[in-house]
Amino acid sequence: MICIEARGLRKAYGTTIALDGVDLRVEEGRILGLIGPNGAGKTTALNAILGLTPYYGELKVLGRDPWTERDLLMRDVCFIADVAVLPRWMRVSHALDYVAGVHPRFDRAKAESLLAKTAIKRASKVRELSKGMVAQLHLSLVMAIDAKLLVLDEPTLGLDILYRKQFYDSLLNDYFDRSRTILVTTHQVEEVQDVLTDILFIDRGRIVLDRTMEEFESRYLEVVVRPDHVAAARALRPIHERQVFGGSVLLFDRADRQQLAALGDVRRPGIADLFVAVMGSPNQAQGAVR
Amino acid sequence: MNTPSNAVPETSVDARGIAPAAVSATRPMYWSVRRELWENRSLYVAPLIVAAVMLSGFLISTIGLPHRRRAVLLLGPAQQRAAIERPYDMAAMMILATAFIVGVFYCLDALHGERRDRSILFWKSLPVSDLTTVLSKASIPLVVLPLIAFAIIVATQADMLLLSNAVLRMNGVSAATPEQMPVFQQSLILLYGLVTLALWHAPIYAWLLLVSGWARRATFLWAVLPPFLIAGLEKIALGTSYIGSMLRYRLMGHMETAFASGADWRIGSMAQLTPERFLSTPGLWVGLLFAAAFLAAAVRLRRDRGPI
Repeated sequence: MICIEARGLRKAYGTTIALDGVDLRVEEGRILGLIGPNGAGKTTALNAILGLTPYYGELKVLGRDPWTERDLLMRDVCFIADVAVLPRWMRVSHALDYVAGVHPRFDRAKAESLLAKTAIKRASKVRELSKGMVAQLHLSLVMAIDAKLLVLDEPTLGLDILYRKQFYDSLLNDYFDRSRTILVTTHQVEEVQDVLTDILFIDRGRIVLDRTMEEFESRYLEVVVRPDHVAAARALRPIHERQVFGGSVLLFDRADRQQLAALGDVRRPGIADLFVAVMGSPNQAQGAVR
Repeated sequence: MNTPSNAVPETSVDARGIAPAAVSATRPMYWSVRRELWENRSLYVAPLIVAAVMLSGFLISTIGLPHRRRAVLLLGPAQQRAAIERPYDMAAMMILATAFIVGVFYCLDALHGERRDRSILFWKSLPVSDLTTVLSKASIPLVVLPLIAFAIIVATQADMLLLSNAVLRMNGVSAATPEQMPVFQQSLILLYGLVTLALWHAPIYAWLLLVSGWARRATFLWAVLPPFLIAGLEKIALGTSYIGSMLRYRLMGHMETAFASGADWRIGSMAQLTPERFLSTPGLWVGLLFAAAFLAAAVRLRRDRGPI
């Protein structure tokens, strides 16, 4: 089943174009990372998908129009905008009561058992919790909802390393199964690398790269080239080159591994390296797409 | 994954047997109103504090009560009743005024606070429509606050009556008779007054909700200054004051349309209630039309506007 389908999605704020004809097709059961620099249109794209902002173009999420059917859509979609949106006056017990009251797919027992693993007290108010605890509370509420699509916009912003690790661990272990879809944006590219099934780079309102993780892993190779081989390596048309202490690192798309091995140490690049390669040089970026 | 028992929270207000369509319509409304009461405890705390202050004032006044009551009992029946009821009316008026002020400030913050603290992103992540949200917020000044005011006023007056009767009996003065203090009838008059007042003031509250959903800051100024300025402009430019008297009529016109009050503004008998006149006043229906338009605009704004 198709979870999200967009064709020619556009959105402008005054003269600033936030989305410039985005085409998108997300199948059920994927964990998609939407990655882009600040102001690339990530949040605008998510807001359109969540029915928080109007747009031009075609967009269907779980077969519904998000802008006109937000309340119906939210039975099957959950989102965590960022860690700071839970109302500060609310008690933990109130949050449980309220979500149980309004959400037909909320499993209160599951939320209680997720909360029992944390140090969060039922009588505490949100304003009394640490930032990490608020994220835990929000995640516990969301994971107890039997939703088809979960949208996370910078969910770990401002959390320390332990909470960030725990966040994605519990998401994968306690929540994700092949029938759900997760869409996540983050700047902490390294920490989602092992989580994602698909990556999508967005820049200036356009999708500039769309790969599954299998494609990513089979296509891209990085070589730490010894100084005397640099010219030979450059002849193989790398998509990006950067200097590190003691040599050059060249990134190749669909190159022959044997050939590269003769030039230096071959290794698998991180998403961050590919991101820099694609975003850092606009001219070469065009070559990187398809 | 959901079992039916998990879908029903601890309260038994909503029966399990309701059809899914009915559940989806009423449950979000019920929980949205409850959440407003969790967030805005001043809705009942402020009237309760005023009631407590009124009660303690009344307690002090019981020191000279037997003496004053003996003097009152020398008067004619109508004056007797007026004198005995005065502190009760005073307490009711204070609590009503408090409820109005609380309602005004509640409305000014209702659709503004959630945008200011970004919690609107949490509320919008749940399957509750903008219509349900706005209606639940409108129901606070139109339904919930009148009910709170009614309950607190009746309880306060009952306490005052028990207290004064006890003091009087201890001093050998007879307690107030049902003729002097028709408790049940006064409660009915109060209830009628609260319902008609809520209907009369509905456009005011709806306007305040609209401004709170629209303004980025200074909701009070945006709500109050424009009508005030337009009235001033009319007065200076044309020398007339239609707008000004319209605004005054909306604020204060409830008593003159819903009651046939005497010179002293006291409402002492059911004959003074004029529901036919109230319901046939065009001002009521025009006001309700405005209220509906303001609320519809507020629903649109709730959908369009994000965090500030």
